[in-house]
Amino acid sequence: MAKRKVLAQVASQERLSGEIYSMWISFSEEDNIAEEAQAGQFLSLYCREGSRLLPRPISICEIDREKGRLRLVYRVAGEGTREFSTLQEGDTIEVLGPLGNGFTKKEGKSILIGGGIGIPPMLELAKALFKAGGKKEDIQVVLGYRDNDLFLKEEFAPYAEVFVSTEDGSVGTKGNVIDAVNEHQISGGEVYACGPLPMLRGVKAYAKEHHIPAQISMEERMACGIGACLVCVCMSKETDAHSHVKNKRVCKDGPVFDAEEVEL
Amino acid sequence: MNTERNLSVDFAGVRMKNPVTTASGTFGSGMEFEEFVDLNGLGAVTTKGVASVPWEGNPVPRICETYGGMLNAIGLQNPGIDVFIERDLPFLQKYDTNIIVNVCGKTPEEYVEVVRRLAAEKISLLEINISCPNVKAGGIAFGQNPKLVEKITREIKDVAKQPVMMKLSPNVTDITEMAKAAEAGGADAISLINTLTGMKIDIHRRSFALANKTGGLSGPAIKPVAVRMVYQAAHAVKIPVLGMGGIRNAEDALEFIMAGASMVAVGTYQFHHPSAAADVVQGIEAFMEENGVKDIKELIGCV
Ligand SMILES: Cc1cc2nc3c(=O)[nH]c(=O)nc-3n(C[C@H](O)[C@H](O)[C@H](O)COP(=O)(O)OP(=O)(O)OC[C@H]3O[C@@H](n4cnc5c(N)ncnc54)[C@H](O)[C@@H]3O)c2cc1C
Ligand SMILES: Cc1cc2nc3c(=O)[nH]c(=O)nc-3n(C[C@H](O)[C@H](O)[C@H](O)COP(=O)(O)O)c2cc1C
Ligand code: FES
Repeated sequence: MAKRKVLAQVASQERLSGEIYSMWISFSEEDNIAEEAQAGQFLSLYCREGSRLLPRPISICEIDREKGRLRLVYRVAGEGTREFSTLQEGDTIEVLGPLGNGFTKKEGKSILIGGGIGIPPMLELAKALFKAGGKKEDIQVVLGYRDNDLFLKEEFAPYAEVFVSTEDGSVGTKGNVIDAVNEHQISGGEVYACGPLPMLRGVKAYAKEHHIPAQISMEERMACGIGACLVCVCMSKETDAHSHVKNKRVCKDGPVFDAEEVEL
Repeated sequence: MNTERNLSVDFAGVRMKNPVTTASGTFGSGMEFEEFVDLNGLGAVTTKGVASVPWEGNPVPRICETYGGMLNAIGLQNPGIDVFIERDLPFLQKYDTNIIVNVCGKTPEEYVEVVRRLAAEKISLLEINISCPNVKAGGIAFGQNPKLVEKITREIKDVAKQPVMMKLSPNVTDITEMAKAAEAGGADAISLINTLTGMKIDIHRRSFALANKTGGLSGPAIKPVAVRMVYQAAHAVKIPVLGMGGIRNAEDALEFIMAGASMVAVGTYQFHHPSAAADVVQGIEAFMEENGVKDIKELIGCV
C-alpha cells in the first residue's frame, strides 16, 4: 500500500522532559499507516493553524502494527511543534506517510548511533533488529546527549547494550558519540546513525577509517515531502539517477543514505 | 458528473476538459502526485521548468515558511530537456489530460533551444517562465522589461510548434505593460502570477533564512495581489489568461475566473493538501450546480 494523507487520532501525549514530548497516534483500520511503516521512515505532520502551511517532518520512533499506532518523539523547536505538544488524547491530527526509505537491516553486530533529537528513530531500529533475531549484545546503541536529560535511554535497555556520551560530561563519556565508541572500543559490521550534521560527519569519518558501511539519516527543510518540489536536496557524490545532477532528495531518496554516496 | 454542466474551456486553441491545472514547480511532472490526484481529472498538468541542459539549482536551505506562505529559491533545478523528453513526457502522455511544459533559460538561445527540441513532441502548450535572470543583460529578469518581453516572445513564437503562453513576473510596476508586450510579440496566452520576490531574516543566526538571501513568495498570502493583477492583465489584452497565486480551494479559483482568468493553476497549497487541484475541480462543479450555472464561460470575467 502506498503512502497516504490521513486523519490520525492522538492516543496519548506525554512530556518526557524539558521540551521533549512523546505522542502515540492511532490509525483507522482502512488507513493503517503503521502496518507498512519501517524504522527510519518519517511522517509529515500538518498544523491546524492555517498560516502554517508546510508539513513538519517527524521520524517514526516506535511502531505498533497490531494496534495500528505510531509513536513520535519530538522537541518543541518552534510554533508548529508547540502546536503538536498541546494536542490531547482524542484530538485528531493530519499526517502523511509513511515517507522516505528507512534503514536497511543487516545481520550481525551493529552500532546504532543517535544524537539529540536524532535518537528517536534509533529506538524502533533497535527493536526491529532485536525482533529479527539479533542478540542483545550485538545491538550496540550509542546515544549522544547535551546533559543529564537522558530522554528515551531506558527504553533501549530491553533490546540493546546502551552507551552514553554527554557534552557536559555529567553522564557517561564526556564528549561526543565517537568519543564513546572509542572509549568502549565498540566494533561492528554496520553503522546506523541519525543526528546533527557535525555528528554525521564524525560518523562518516569513523566508518571510513574502520571500513564499516554506514547508513546515515539526513535532515533538510521540506515542502512537499514526497519528492516533487526539489526543496530538500543534499549533495551526492555521483550524478543522481533521478535528478541528473549531483543531488538527491532527502524526503524520497532518503532520509537514510549510504554515508559514501552523500557529501556532508 | 452532471452532463449538463460544462466545465470545458477552449484555451489558446486547446480544449481543456476543465479550467484547472497545476502550477509549475509544485507538482514535478506528476509522478510523485499520482497517488493523490487522478491526473485524468485535471484540465492540464503543468510541469516543472525545464532547461536545455541539467541545472543544479541553489544551495540549501532553499525554502522557509512565512505567515500564510513560503519563500523558495530552488534555482530551477531540473534534469534538462533530454531526460524530460525521454522520461517525463511518456509518463504524462499515458493520461487523458493536456500537457503544459514550462520552459526556463538563462539566455534567449537557451529558451529557443528547448522550444525547438519540443517541437515534435505531443504536448498541448508551452509556458515560458520569463522570471529567470537574463545573464546577457546583467541578470535582470527577462520579464521586467517590456521590450525584452516582446522580443523573447517573438523569438520563441518563430520556432514554436505549439501555442505559446508567457508567464509574467509580478515584480514589475505595471503588469499591463508586460501583458501587452507579450501579446504584441505574438503570445497565444499569458499566465500569472509567478512568485513575488521576498526575504526573511533568521534573527537568531543574524543571517538570511535562505542560502540565496532572497526567494519567491507563494501561497495564500499572495492571493489578493494575484487576483488584482489577473484582473488588470485580462482587461489589457485579448489573449486568454491563466491565473494563479495562493489558490487553496474552488472559492479562491472562482475569484480568479471571475476576475478574467479562463484557466487557473493550483500551486503551493498542494504541499499542504496533495489532492488540492482535483478538489478545486470538484468544488467548481459544485458551485455551478448550486448556482445554476450551466457553462463555466458564464463566469469568466463576470465581475
Ligand atoms: C526526516 C526528518 C525527521 C525528523 N524527525 C524529527 C523527530 O523525530 N523529532 C524531532 O523533534 N524533530 C525531527 N525533525 C526536525 C523537525 O522537522 C523540526 O524540528 C520541525 O519541523 C520544526 O517545526 P516548528 O514549526 O516547530 O519550527 P519552526 O522553526 O517554526 O518551523 C518553520 C519551518 O521550518 C521547518 N523546520 C524547522 N526546523 C527544521 C528542521 N530541523 N528540519 C526540517 N525542517 C525544519 C519546519 O518544518 C517549518 O516548515 C526531523 C526532520 C526531518 C527532515
Ligand atoms: C517550490 C516552487 C517551485 C516553483 N518552480 C517554478 C518553475 O519551475 N517555473 C515557474 O514558472 N514557476 C515556478 N514556481 C511558481 C509557481 O508556478 C506559481 O507561479 C507561484 O508559486 C504562485 O502560485 P501558488 O501561490 O499557488 O504557489 C514555483 C513555485 C514554488 C513554490
Ligand atoms: S520536500 Fe519536496 S522534494 Fe523533498
